[in-house]
Amino acid sequence: MTEIDPAAHPVRAPESVAPTAQALDGIVPAPVGLDSVIAEGLEIKARSQWDYARRRFLRHRLAMLGLVGLVIIFGAGIFANFVAPYSYSAIDLTNLLHPPTTVGHHYFGTDSIGRDYFSRVIWGIRTSEEVGVFVAAVSSVIGLFVGAIAGYYGGWVDNILMRITDLVLTLPALAVLLTAAALLGSGNQWRVSIILTLFFWTNIARVVRGLFLSLREKEYVEAAKAAGARDGRIMFRHILPNMLGPIIVNGTLSVALAILTEAALSFLGFGIKPPTPSLGVLVSEAQTNPQQWWLTVFPGLTIVAIVLFVNFMGDGLRDALDPTQRRVRA
Amino acid sequence: MLTYIARRVLYSIPVLIVSTFLSFLFVSLAGNPTAALRANPRFSINTLHNIEKQNHLDKSIPQRYLYWLQDVFTHKLGHSLTTFQPIWPDITRTLGHTAQVIIIAEGLAILLGITVGIFSAIRQYSLFDYTFTSLSFLGYAMPVFWFALLLQILFVDIYLKWNVRIFYTSGLNNPHHGTWSLDRLQHIALPVMTLCVISFALYSRYMRAAMLDVINSDYVRTARAKGLSEWRVIMGHVVRNAMIPIVTVAALNIGALLGGAIITETVFTLDGIGYYFVQKLQTDDLYAVMAYLLVTSVIIIVFNLIADVVYGYLDPRIRYD
Repeated sequence: MTEIDPAAHPVRAPESVAPTAQALDGIVPAPVGLDSVIAEGLEIKARSQWDYARRRFLRHRLAMLGLVGLVIIFGAGIFANFVAPYSYSAIDLTNLLHPPTTVGHHYFGTDSIGRDYFSRVIWGIRTSEEVGVFVAAVSSVIGLFVGAIAGYYGGWVDNILMRITDLVLTLPALAVLLTAAALLGSGNQWRVSIILTLFFWTNIARVVRGLFLSLREKEYVEAAKAAGARDGRIMFRHILPNMLGPIIVNGTLSVALAILTEAALSFLGFGIKPPTPSLGVLVSEAQTNPQQWWLTVFPGLTIVAIVLFVNFMGDGLRDALDPTQRRVRA
Repeated sequence: MLTYIARRVLYSIPVLIVSTFLSFLFVSLAGNPTAALRANPRFSINTLHNIEKQNHLDKSIPQRYLYWLQDVFTHKLGHSLTTFQPIWPDITRTLGHTAQVIIIAEGLAILLGITVGIFSAIRQYSLFDYTFTSLSFLGYAMPVFWFALLLQILFVDIYLKWNVRIFYTSGLNNPHHGTWSLDRLQHIALPVMTLCVISFALYSRYMRAAMLDVINSDYVRTARAKGLSEWRVIMGHVVRNAMIPIVTVAALNIGALLGGAIITETVFTLDGIGYYFVQKLQTDDLYAVMAYLLVTSVIIIVFNLIADVVYGYLDPRIRYD
């Protein structure tokens, strides 16, 4: 009875380890030993590039802080109608310019016509995040396509893109944005988003173009060409996945940049117009009551928090999505 | 080098023509500068037509653009469409005010930024480094106008509570005070502080990164190996080389800011060129807006060129031909 038949317990036997390692490479189909490994509750899983990235991201403390902070702030904005105790336009004439208090849930006080400022900030987050996400998403997609074509084919698309860059580099950016806003008319968040997108896509297109220029010379592109792949397939199946990292990082950071720019435009009176509350509009309106500090401080702090968290997350993503960091134990 | 500069200048001319034509088109389409006059019952329709004729507003936009180009050279940027005053004196006056604020702010920011950058890099990951890294993160994340408003609130409060006037929160100076009077400095202190903080965040980060880049290079090890004191290694070998990128960044930044610290000037109602632009844009004053865009574009192009030339001069590895 003391003898243990090694065949009955293949898991502990050293020879069963080697095939498992081979199975990881995907060359050898799972050998018999593997079944019993799974049966014992030990799981063996190949880690993909994305698994490594996710692990690195989850280990990045600042990035996780950013993610959690953003989820809370953006969550409050998305569910504004549940989170905000009042409507953003509800007027309470008995409570004008009331400092922050827990009485009646006026955590951020009230403004000059008695609207609950906490609710206005929450609804403002919603507007600002709509602008940020819209601008980042749409300009990433446009920038991706234009940059890919410009970088891969060169030619007139590339020429136009580079001439636009020249123009952008010689004009004061904010002044051009203001002029565009004066031309296209501002007002609600979607108009402002479209105006911002008109300027933001060039940034991403330039990044994508630069990456395409260097990646199109790689051996695997040559190999794909030799195998007879069409241009579209090479661009989007072979090259694109290799530069998703920088694109995602750029897109993330443009959320913050778009929110900041929207705030600046609204502040100068060329962006979102009241009564729609955006964080920039709120700070702008607070100018008329400089003695009521809470009117300026809270929406501004919210912008600072969003931008900081987005930047933290962007930094974390940059580190996580950089495949050259794979060797770091994660 | 001279041919390089000449080529850059020549190349910028078509760029300027295209960019001014596009902005001319946009501003013309954006609004009618005579709308306010039209609404004014004291202006007869004949006077209005005369004004439009005088200012070529009855022509097509490309024709108007050519007239404007002519005005730029023969009449020093032409006349405003809302006040009918010549634009040139306004531009030089406001640009002077902006320049005063920018020069003080950037001077301070460069000094502080370089100092902090040096010490952050020498004592990397020290408490000092972490403090200023977090502060510059904050500086990046802060909307400029919000910071400006906070300063305003603070000093309005101080004035109202204790009746002490440390800094004024708006305007340029009280009557009968000159460009470098104490009164002027009290007025521009807050705009200077705002711009300084924002630029400081930029410069200290760049300086820190540049220092860390240089500090690990071979010639620094050589300098140490031949027995130089740490002070001479840092000041003579590391800092001198690390400052090269800062020069470029500063030149670009100053150029961009001279093009109007639009937000800061608006918050503090400072009579600078950025505030001038915003006011003119709000009244659709086509020629004044165009004058601003042209002047600032030229400034930005010149400073971009300065940045490249100085970079080539300081870094012998860069050669233009």
